[in-house]
Amino acid sequence: MATPSRPIPFLFRPFRGGRIVRHALLIGFGLVMLYPLLWMISSSFKPEDLIFRQPGLWPSEVTLENYTDGWTALKHPFGYYLWNSAVVTGLSVIANLVACSLAAYAFARLEFPLKKLWFTLMLGGIMLPYHVTIVPQYIMFSKLDLINTIWPLVMPKVLATDAFFIFLMVQFIRTLPRELDEAAEIDGAGYWRIFIRVVMPLCLPALATTAIFTFIWTWNDFLSQLLYLNNPDNFTVPVALRTFLDASSDSSWGPMFAMSIIALGPIFGFFLAGQKYLIRGISTTGLK
Amino acid sequence: MADSVAVKPRDAVTEPARGGHRSTKRSRREARAAYLFLAPWFAGLLVITIGPIVASLYLSFTDYSLLEEAQWIGWDNYVRMFTEDPRFLNSLWVTTVYVVVSVPMQLAFALALALVLDRGLRGLSFYRSIFYLPSLLGGSVAIAILWRKVFGADGLVNAVLAVFGIQGTGWVAHPDYALGTLILLHVWTFGAPMIIFLAGLRQIPSSYYEAAAVDGAGPLRQFRSITLPLLTPIIFFNLVLELIKSFQSFTQSFIVSNGSGGPADSTLFYTLYLYLQGFRDYDMGYAAAMAWVLMLIIAGLTGVNFLASKYWVFYGDTK
Repeated sequence: MATPSRPIPFLFRPFRGGRIVRHALLIGFGLVMLYPLLWMISSSFKPEDLIFRQPGLWPSEVTLENYTDGWTALKHPFGYYLWNSAVVTGLSVIANLVACSLAAYAFARLEFPLKKLWFTLMLGGIMLPYHVTIVPQYIMFSKLDLINTIWPLVMPKVLATDAFFIFLMVQFIRTLPRELDEAAEIDGAGYWRIFIRVVMPLCLPALATTAIFTFIWTWNDFLSQLLYLNNPDNFTVPVALRTFLDASSDSSWGPMFAMSIIALGPIFGFFLAGQKYLIRGISTTGLK
Repeated sequence: MADSVAVKPRDAVTEPARGGHRSTKRSRREARAAYLFLAPWFAGLLVITIGPIVASLYLSFTDYSLLEEAQWIGWDNYVRMFTEDPRFLNSLWVTTVYVVVSVPMQLAFALALALVLDRGLRGLSFYRSIFYLPSLLGGSVAIAILWRKVFGADGLVNAVLAVFGIQGTGWVAHPDYALGTLILLHVWTFGAPMIIFLAGLRQIPSSYYEAAAVDGAGPLRQFRSITLPLLTPIIFFNLVLELIKSFQSFTQSFIVSNGSGGPADSTLFYTLYLYLQGFRDYDMGYAAAMAWVLMLIIAGLTGVNFLASKYWVFYGDTK
């Protein structure tokens, strides 16, 4: 990572104490950046009337009331929406892992007619704005009577439309030595066996990146869930959080903050657990 | 784009030689296997992507509300958009301002921080994580809610300003400032492009800097003559990516304005207006036409970028 032989970059080089200045600036900047987040966390533990009178982080009075109030403020307890989100997200992760890796293997390892054309189309899919297909998709799912089910949310993932992950895995599979495939082939393994026994086990890092990104993006996704889930019984976390805004007089900010923290919790958890894969994922798809 | 350039070479070069020796029977078996592996993707391409794109084009020439049959009305939707619908033009303007201001600012922050973090700094991964976190959270409803409150009349920003004796206004409720808060939210998520920049910086050989230092080039000169030119492909990649992404922003404007695009349509993003037309007013023909215009805009932006890149992106020794 950091090669000591490299010269110190141009910033701060003239100063001897440059390193300390640099750390101080970075920490200061980081604090400013994260302050709103920290403020939300601290506010979620403050009694309602203190939230906006105290811009500071340390609550003079700690209460869990916001959490207990927020949990039961909507039609269902908040855990209900967490569960709905977990189902949609979990199925999306599985679907993406299976469908995208199947497609990626074909693109990375097999020869077939029109491969170039399909590959280009796949890359184009990464760029395609979701909104271009949203109207006919909605019409289609509503004619199929699938509004207010999870199918419109999961089906596209089952059909490998998240081309970004196909691309990510293609890039990864191409770095694996072909000799492994060839050795397995000599041992009589077919394509399916090579895929399952040779390629997939080596792909674990790419699969992890895919799983984590799919999780975070689906958990955060608002537009399609807003569109397809109209019945409070089917609401996921983002849609449920949104109804707080509709219902709220200004007095319910405490509970809303508390539930927002809970909504961000899983993302934060995955971030901590999967940092390595996230960062590697972004840097390699950008560059390799 | 940096990646699509890198995608093709390996197989394209090695394949013909291998293919020549293979029996047709084998290659037919291979093709059949490939199409099986790709079956879900093909189905998706047809049902989720290409089918809807074509349907969308057809719908854009109709008046359609989901309940009645679609009525063919020719170019009416497009004409209406650009001549009779000031809200549409406004949404286009708002989105353009948002993109044009926030993307360069975001990338500037990303690059600056990447430069500060690059090389020899202890705690790199710690800082990197801290700066990256907002990128993961930024698109969520929870953060948009937070933003609404941070910049609200009695929100955090005003509380901090009050400490200095300044009386703030309700930023999200003010037509002059509401868009600014969304721009700040976008800039706040500079972590993802920063990581791409960091990875790019690491690929610049340190010998370049050593040679430049020997020749007496100062830090600024080194930055201008080595770092910046060698980083242009990455800057370009980030630019294309962020332009496309930010033109489609939806959640932030929806939540901060609570679905209205207000105050005074000052945060009415293109996609929000499309949503309101299509799924609140059920004017789906019009929404489909808007979707097509959006696609053309994005394709155009990307195309212009690629053309312009010839003049400022430096791809090393490759021709």
